Order: sequence, then C-alpha cells, then structure tokens
Amino acid sequence: MKKTITTLENFGHSLCALSYCFRPETPVEICETFRFARENDLTVTLRGAGRSYNDAALNGGGIVLDLTGLNRILEWDPGSGVVRCEAGVTLDQLWHKVLPDGWWPPVVSGTMHTTLGGCLGANIHGKNNFRMGTIGEHVTEFTALLPTGEELTCSPETNPDLFYSIISGLGLLGVITTVSLKMKKIESGLLEVHAWPTRTLEEQLRSLEEGAPNYDYIVGWLDTIAIGHGQIHAANYVHDDPAPHKTMQLDYQSLPDRMFGVMPKSMLHYLMTPFMNNIGARGINTAKYVASLRKHVFRQSHAAFHFLLDYVPLWELSYGRTGLIQYQSFLPKETALQAWTEMLATAKERGLPSYLGVTKRHRPDKFLLSHALDGFSLALDFKVTDRNRARLSEMLQEFDQLVLDAGGRFYFAKNSETSSETTRAFLGEETVEKFMKLKQRVDPDGLLESDLYRRIFG
Amino acid sequence: MPGTQTMIPRATPLTPRKKAILIGAAGGIGAQVARRLAQEGYVLGLLDRSENVLKTLCDEINQTYGETRAVFYLHDVTAYDRVPDLFRKIVADLGGLNLFVYVAGAIYFPSIDEFNFAEDYKMVEVNLLGAMAWMSEVAPVFQSMRGGQIVGVSSVAGDRGRIGNPGYNASKAGFTCYLESLRNRLTRHGVNVITIKPGQVKTNVFNLPNAPKPVLAVTPEQAADGIWNAIEKRKQVAYISGLWRWVMLAITHTPSLIFRRLNF
Repeated sequence: MKKTITTLENFGHSLCALSYCFRPETPVEICETFRFARENDLTVTLRGAGRSYNDAALNGGGIVLDLTGLNRILEWDPGSGVVRCEAGVTLDQLWHKVLPDGWWPPVVSGTMHTTLGGCLGANIHGKNNFRMGTIGEHVTEFTALLPTGEELTCSPETNPDLFYSIISGLGLLGVITTVSLKMKKIESGLLEVHAWPTRTLEEQLRSLEEGAPNYDYIVGWLDTIAIGHGQIHAANYVHDDPAPHKTMQLDYQSLPDRMFGVMPKSMLHYLMTPFMNNIGARGINTAKYVASLRKHVFRQSHAAFHFLLDYVPLWELSYGRTGLIQYQSFLPKETALQAWTEMLATAKERGLPSYLGVTKRHRPDKFLLSHALDGFSLALDFKVTDRNRARLSEMLQEFDQLVLDAGGRFYFAKNSETSSETTRAFLGEETVEKFMKLKQRVDPDGLLESDLYRRIFG
Repeated sequence: MPGTQTMIPRATPLTPRKKAILIGAAGGIGAQVARRLAQEGYVLGLLDRSENVLKTLCDEINQTYGETRAVFYLHDVTAYDRVPDLFRKIVADLGGLNLFVYVAGAIYFPSIDEFNFAEDYKMVEVNLLGAMAWMSEVAPVFQSMRGGQIVGVSSVAGDRGRIGNPGYNASKAGFTCYLESLRNRLTRHGVNVITIKPGQVKTNVFNLPNAPKPVLAVTPEQAADGIWNAIEKRKQVAYISGLWRWVMLAITHTPSLIFRRLNF
C-alpha cells in the first residue's frame, strides 16, 4: 500500500489540507489502515477522485484513504445491464465499458472523473433527477467494509437501513468496496437536444417545470449577473438513429482534446483566466446569451451533453490561485422564485456575483441524508479571493437562512460553508439522531471522520 | 490532553486557517510570539513544561478572540522519544501544519573560570538536541507537502565563541549551523527555514546569577514583532534589531589575535 504525507485539495482549489494519504489496493489493506488509525489515535476520511467542491474528502492532520486503487470492473452482463465493479471505478471507465453494448449509466455527474464510491457517498444526481432520481436508486446491491472489520452486503431488501444511509452517508459509515448498478438501455449514442432562451428567472423555472415531463434530461443555464437571462437545454434519447452502432462507438463519443485541431485543450483554462472577474464574466455571459437567443434543435453525443465540466480540462484552475466555491440550494417549487430572486439581487448588490448559474428540476428520494426535494436547484459558482472572503462568507450565511426559511435543502458535495446549525435545521433533529445512532453502531470508535463531518455534525 | 479536534475551528475556503506549533511557549519570548501569531489568525499548539503558565496563556488568547485559537501540550524537549507521537497528535488536533517555531532555550551563566559540564550538557540538550528531535519530524512533512516555514530562535551568541559562556555559545552555534543545513536541504522543496538571532531580550534570564547587564536589549514584544516580520517576509536569517547586525558584523570579523584577549 502506497503511503505518503501530502497536501490534498478540493475540486475548486480553494481549500487544502495536510494528510497521511494511504492508497490501498485490496480490502485487506483498508482493514490495515483502520488498525493503524486506531493504534495512533487518528481519524480516516474516504476519498475517491477528489471532485467534491468542499471538504468532504479532506481530513487535515488525519488519514485520507485514497480509494482510486480499487478500480476493477468485476462483471458486466450486457444482457441484463447490471455491472458489478469496485468502488474506485470512475464513471469514465464505466461508460467506456457499457456504451458499445448499448447501455449508459442511468445517472451521471457533470464530470466523468468521479468514482462510484464518491457518487454513492454524495448520492449524486444528474440532469435527469426529476425522472431517474439519484444514482442510489439504481444500485441493486453493494458490499461495505465497516471500521469494525465486518463486511456487509446491502440492498433495498438486505440491511435496508444501512443501504439507505451508506448511500448519501458521505463515507462516514463504512467503505463501499463493490457496487452493482443497473444501466439504462439506449438505442443511440446521440441525444436530441432542444435549446431555447429564457428571459427571466420565472420563465426559466416555468420552462424547467413544464419541460420536465416531455424530456429525459433538462437543465438551465442562468446569467446571474444580468439576472434572469438564460437558456434551457432539454434532451431526449434518440430512438430513430439510422446508424446506432456508429454513434455508440467510443471514438464517436470522445471529447476532442484539441481546439481548432492544434491547440491542446489543457491550455484553454489559461485563456479563460482573464475573463474570471466581474467585468469579464459579464461579457462572457452576455455573449453566451446572445448566442443562445436562437431556438434550435441539434443532436449531440452523450459524453458531450453530460460531461460539460470535462469539456474544458482543468477549467477550475481558471479561477486563479484562491479557487472557487460552489453554492447549491434546493428549493420547493412554491418558494423557489421568490427566494432566488432575493438571493441573486443580494449578490448583485454586494458586488459578489456568481459567474455561473445552473438550474435543475428535482424529485425527493428515500435516502437518509438526502438533498433532493420536489422542486428546483440552483448552483452558483463564486470566485474566492483574499479580499472577498469575509463578505462572501457573510453573504452565504444569509443565503443559508433564506433557503431554510423557504423550506430548502443543501447538498453535501457542494456547499463548503454550511454550518452544523443549518444542517440540523434542514435535515431535522430526528434524521441527525438516526444517522448518529447508525454511526455509533457501525463505527463505535469514531474512526471515520472528515473535515466535512466535523463542520456539519460538530 | 487539552486539545481535541472538535474544539479547534477548522478551515473552510472562506475562513482559511494557518496552523503553528510553538515549542517553548511559556518563556518570555515564546509567550509573546504566541500572542502575535494568534493575532495574525494562526491556530496554535503551544508546548512547554509549565502547565500553569501555558493554561493562563491559552485562556488569555482564546478569550481575546472568542474561539479556541490555542491549545497546549506539556512537554520537556529532552524527552526525545516522545516527539514523534506527540507531533502526530498535535498535527491531527490542529488539522495540519504551516509553521513550526522552536523558541525553547536554556542558559546558565558560569563565572569566568568555571567549567560546568552538567550545565553545558543541559544547554546542548535543550538548545540543540531538542530542536533536532522536533525538526527531524517536521522537516520531512514540510518537504513532502512542499511548503511551510521552520523558525529556530538561535542567538547572536552562536556567531562567535566568546570568553564568557563556552557551553551556551557552542549549543547556539550548533543550532545555527543545523538550521543552515536544513535550509539548504529544504529550500529546493519550497520550505523556508529562518534563523532568528536575537541579541539580548529583557526576560527573566537577567535575574540569574552571574547574568550580565543588558546591553542594547529589546523587549519580548519587539522580539516577537521581529520574528513575525521574518516569517511574513520569508527571511532566512534575521537579527532582531538592525543594530545587532552591525555589532555582530564587527565581532565576527575581529581577528582571533585580538578577540582572544578581549574580556567580552
């Protein structure tokens, strides 16, 4: 097992923590790590690809268990569409495996570099949350290694309490070692994308709500500087592809790694950096809106539609040395418009606009630490600078209160400033108690902790 | 132990926290450096032998800022074998480490014709071996994280062997040389190592028997300001007052023919 002392960062490069990083390649080595932690009075945090925007996979001064070494796809049955793999397998590996046989992961994140373990820990959603739910709803079974050394199989029928809490449990209850996941059958490697502009936030939310029943995926882009300007991208699976075998080939899906055929895309973020300020972002957003004014329909590969964050590799570096944070709030249909109008107006007034706003449509689920509800979500990216930290912090506290008052919820893979009081308020005392009781049962020594855990349950 | 992980505020992107370990925090300079670092927003692990002094200091700092910004650990720097475990614990409690400051020091003023091995031994243990034990833990961590600063409070006494205190001079000369080696090793890994050379600082050492009269002495507050300045500017060698730099320049360049005849 590779062991190093190293500084790890969050996805937004706005936070770093010194940790002992252990990279096991077998479950036995995970048990060894737990023994080492117990002997040395250290805590253990689980980490997949490190794509959380916050401190979910950071453990300052403690052990971080890098699980990307457990990355084998164990079984793939193209007949039933069930894949069994180790939890360090990334979505990237997964779709490459299943697509040529005509399947696609039912739920994917905005980047394909996340691991299944991480996806289950945060219980991720995609642009089809309103239709397909979270990724946890497509898991038929998983095995988890508890800090006690016990290995358990969980499914909606076997150990249901742990099934519904380890998924969404942020890696605080046990290590998911293998996952069985049911894929979605597709008839083409393409999606038919409908794009249309929206002029106001109200129109955007209405488009999401009215569009959702008619589409398989729907997502909104929102210009939060010129509040309300935006664009909807809604997509359907293609059922009449004349050459599905061609479009389902991996080569057809791959994102180009060069621009104009010459410039490596990995350099593109340098070109974006000059625009990552209030004036630059306003220009970009306006240009983007003008370009989106034409209502149009086009066909796009699955990879290009879903993995927007991978389209510009290392885009997160364009925010500069101090990085970015993301603030995502989930609000019920009834209160969303008013609360977000107030939120965006506040951000604009304080001169702390978000450079990117993304809206989605959601539905509630049964998982214990669920973030979803019947309503919408708005994700906002904020640039962090040495000068805006205090003001940004103050503003986000106000946003938290606004969201709580509007009956909203938060997502633990995104928000990095949500306090323990806010967490208790939106989850409810009962849920927190239940989670703590389960944790006490499966992790009596309290080995599994993270900076996130101490923040939201501290 | 007083420090627990949940007590200490953790960093978030909007409230970044720098963390420091300070060895010898109960002394005149140490306590002042602790106050200064707390003022700069550092979260501190303070180490020394005296529980009362440390507790009072921590309470004072924590009350001033209304949060747990300092925790303390009782430790004798000559307990070398306890260092690795204690270091790991403190880093876990603080949630990381950015700065390591070694202020601990021992001094004994022998009379002019006295040779006292027991006291010399103690000075070498505290001034040099203790620092080596700690820095042997800190250096590899900073090296692999490619950052961090190590500060050693050595002395102008290490620049030249004088008539008055061979044991002390030797211990500080050793420390200065050790820090320089460390700097040469670690600079290429992005770690800054600072040698602080205070002249005389008005602490209670001047109440010891045979202690000289203070000359060009600065207050502990001035010393702490000087140390912070060196940390902030990532200096390598820093005298506390500019005057001492010139004094020491003259002393280090005095030929032995003259120097060995001086009563200085």
